[in-house]
Amino acid sequence: MKRFWGFVLKEFLHIFRDTRTMLILFGMPIVQILLFGYVITNELKDIKIAILDQSKDPVTIELTNKIISSGFFILDRNIKNMKEVEDVFKEGNVRQVIIFESGFGRKLNREGIASIQLIADASDANTANLVVHYTMAIIGDFVREQNKLTGSPIQFIPEVRMLYNNELKGVYMFIPGIMAMILILVSAMMTSISIVREKELGTMETLLVSPLRPAQIILGKVTPYIALSFINAVTIIIMGNLVFGMPVQGSIILLLAESILYILLGLSLGILISTITKTQQNAMFISLFALMLPTILLSGFIYPIENMPKVLQWLSLFMPPRWFITIIKNIMLKGTGLMYVWKETLILIVMTSLFLGLSIRKFKIRLE
Amino acid sequence: MSEQKETIITVKNLVKKFGNFRANDNLSFEVFKGEIFGFLGANGAGKTTAIKILCGLWAPTSGDINVAGFDIYTQTEQIKRNIGYMSQKFSLYEDITVFENIRLFGGIYGLSRREIAQRATDLMRRLDLEHSRDKLISSLPLGWRQKLAFSVAILHKPKLVFLDEPTGGVDPVTRRKFWDQIYEAADRGITVFVTTHYMDEAEYCDRVSIMVDGRIADIDTPSALKEKYRVKNMNEVFLKIARILPDQNN
Repeated sequence: MKRFWGFVLKEFLHIFRDTRTMLILFGMPIVQILLFGYVITNELKDIKIAILDQSKDPVTIELTNKIISSGFFILDRNIKNMKEVEDVFKEGNVRQVIIFESGFGRKLNREGIASIQLIADASDANTANLVVHYTMAIIGDFVREQNKLTGSPIQFIPEVRMLYNNELKGVYMFIPGIMAMILILVSAMMTSISIVREKELGTMETLLVSPLRPAQIILGKVTPYIALSFINAVTIIIMGNLVFGMPVQGSIILLLAESILYILLGLSLGILISTITKTQQNAMFISLFALMLPTILLSGFIYPIENMPKVLQWLSLFMPPRWFITIIKNIMLKGTGLMYVWKETLILIVMTSLFLGLSIRKFKIRLE
Repeated sequence: MSEQKETIITVKNLVKKFGNFRANDNLSFEVFKGEIFGFLGANGAGKTTAIKILCGLWAPTSGDINVAGFDIYTQTEQIKRNIGYMSQKFSLYEDITVFENIRLFGGIYGLSRREIAQRATDLMRRLDLEHSRDKLISSLPLGWRQKLAFSVAILHKPKLVFLDEPTGGVDPVTRRKFWDQIYEAADRGITVFVTTHYMDEAEYCDRVSIMVDGRIADIDTPSALKEKYRVKNMNEVFLKIARILPDQNN
């Protein structure tokens, strides 16, 4: 045991003395979150909208002015009837059409209730979602102001329709996605590189000739990355919460346990990669191409799985991040317990044991 | 000189096959306690394969092998604890310090903290490295690194140390100095098993074996070999053997 910890200590020394490794380990998660968070999802400025006002009364005019003067939206045009809605979207500039029902102000005065329809072009899902949320916020604000003025409660019923992409993937998608990507990258890529480095330097031989058992060597190489990946997971959860308001509705313990399971999966993948590669560069390329791209493209992180061709949907079944994203989205957003994600958890466990088994076999063959 | 000596390595009919290729073809030899045994041969002659088998890294295809009193098939753990090993590539970690390297390998070989501290001080004094205790290995000149690597390889006082081309890519002066260290180790009773393809180094060994195409072509003291082949130095011995053996095969 003492032998083992001395070896783990050395592994930590390697990591802490290498600025590049430290940057990848701790800089990357933070940069990624901020990048995805701000650049990709939150930029909303001068979005073109069209308005179909079937009522044209003081209330709709005031609300229209409020929406346009918010700075987020530009009125591209006023349209006359429902038929034009489709044309407007097909031209491609307008992202949202706001429709006031006829007699809007009258209904509001008489019944205290009126309907607005928001139709968004959801071919760009994230933007569509944001556009709608912003519009609703402005309408909500307007309702509150009106209530203060009149004293009698009024109510708008916004009806939202997402065109072209009903299965809207929300803004909260990116934090589980980033977590899935970074954890697998750190645990698989970093471990495979660090194991292969020992092979390249020839120190692996020295270690194999020593009384350390092969399993101890691998475990020793992997232990620091378990710790560091875990710190990464916690950082991402905290940053997601503080900076972007990503909630954790469910059990935090379950969330962390699932993260550890996923980290172990990444590590076993990393070990497998290290058994089939001879140079650090190879290990890095395999990790990047086999892990990062599929994580981004096939896990449902950015592109909804439901919209993929059947073949890719099948392929995505073999992507560990897909299952992990489903699990943590459920825990974080819906607050579900293990009861609802046990299937996905089981899949991750099976994958982990498969990768571990394969790498043990590979490792033994190499030693023969 | 060899009759009354104790053996530390006994190899009988060692065969190692990779598919149909016989990397080691029926090797039999003995290494005696305390000697410097040179394991010579061209690249690809099967030296590295044999050394990996003797260290317990690879299993042989067949043959009886005993290293440091332990059986190669059933007692690899004991063998590993009783041997030292230094490969042709550097076996120290460049991005950690001199002392940290010593501590790491001392720990791996099960030395106590006090033993490590004591032997580290000793070693650094002997190598004149006291002022470099906390320097990274990468900041040391090549010759120093090599000396240190060797000292670390025998830090746990093994009965036997395997050196796999320890002087590859080093200038002749540094090589000569390195051999002084090997003599010192031999004086302390450590048996040295060294592979090399520098024939001048063969002269420094007590006995040498010369491998050609997976077989041991000859084995004896350097002076006996020179006499047998009627040449002046080991380089010529090697050339003669390399020329004769393929002819015998045909």
